[in-house]
Amino acid sequence: MSLVGAIAYVILAPLAGVLLAGTDRIISARMQGRVGPPVLQPLYDVLKLLSKRSIVVNHFQNYYIMCFLLFVAMTGALFFAGGDLLLVIFALTVASIFLAIAAYSPNSPYSNVGAERELLQMMAYEPMLLITALGMYLVTGSFQVGNILAGPRLICQYLPGILLGFLFVLTIKLRKSPFDLSTSHHGHQELVKGLTTEMSGPSLAAVEIAHWYENILLLGFVYLFFAALHPAVAVVATLVVYSIEIVIDNASARLTWKFAIKSAWIAAGVLGATNLLVVYYQFREVLP
Amino acid sequence: MSFLSKSPWIFHYDASSCNGCDIEVLACLTPMYDIERFGIINTGNPKHADIFLITGSVNEQNKEVVLNLYNQMADPKVVVAIGACALSGGIFKECYNVSGGVDKVIPVDVYVPGCAARPEAIIDGVVKGLAALEKKAAALKNLAATGAK
Repeated sequence: MSLVGAIAYVILAPLAGVLLAGTDRIISARMQGRVGPPVLQPLYDVLKLLSKRSIVVNHFQNYYIMCFLLFVAMTGALFFAGGDLLLVIFALTVASIFLAIAAYSPNSPYSNVGAERELLQMMAYEPMLLITALGMYLVTGSFQVGNILAGPRLICQYLPGILLGFLFVLTIKLRKSPFDLSTSHHGHQELVKGLTTEMSGPSLAAVEIAHWYENILLLGFVYLFFAALHPAVAVVATLVVYSIEIVIDNASARLTWKFAIKSAWIAAGVLGATNLLVVYYQFREVLP
Repeated sequence: MSFLSKSPWIFHYDASSCNGCDIEVLACLTPMYDIERFGIINTGNPKHADIFLITGSVNEQNKEVVLNLYNQMADPKVVVAIGACALSGGIFKECYNVSGGVDKVIPVDVYVPGCAARPEAIIDGVVKGLAALEKKAAALKNLAATGAK
């Protein structure tokens, strides 16, 4: 475990997250024939939100939101310190649970339905995340992110199905269309803003910052698939994956939560489990 | 200048407009005008919004709704009334159910005339609203500094 990685993540991830979100908005705008906002727009948004007065219906909401931010940052720090991949996945789940509880705390139907959908989304993506960790273990013989990174094998070469399945649930995790069910980047939906309807001012800013942390952590997962390549090539590959997500986001309409769960589980079963079986038979002799 | 004017999020409500002004508000979001260039986002949520765009005259039924939406917005906030009806009641002024312009119910900061108001006029109204927003933010800060309630 390296403390340097953890500290670098806690400090640099929000900066990288701002640039990622800003570029995302510009690319999305260009795809729609618009110019789009400046690249630092997400930062301006958050600084503005911090200067607004806070309106909170239930004060426990802010406590849960701070827990969400703290757990996401901690999870990412664990990942970038080279910690246990399974622990990272479970800690990330706990973080998401805190966000759902925060959305449950005010008595608002929009926020409550958003929280319910967030839980359903977690049910949808969780199996695939676990299969990803298991697949990486089978290929590298370790759950430690540090060992997976240092492994000689190119993981995406052995886990193409798991990579595709992971990309599928990445759409859910990044809150992109067609699976932006619990909350979306755009208003005017049937749930107003779903999960974040009742969060305003500084508390919404905290949620945004947590999303920056979360997005960088998820890209870290994608990076692991290409870790055996030259670091520059692996980073480019990771960004290409993110661009594919942007294209999917702009090219698709939102689907129902039933479809999200069914399709994510089918993806986990077909792409994930099949790939897992194949690598299991491939590496069962050499497993520790 | 604070970050308020770099990221003004708007929220649009149709009080009892004929939809003429509403179409023009939405036109501001199209590639032709693209107000996201200035960080302006059309949120569907009063709790996230800084600028309240309201079209149409206020009637006896939605008075409460307009007031409720206004109260749900976090300070500092600005109201921009768009179109002849929102300004004074317009051609519906004499109707038995119409209360009049928006300023009969909530304080209005910027008036954008027109029937329907053109997208250019609406964007100009929002920019004028930004100046009002900055002023209100400064006033809030002073209030906090002097410790007054």
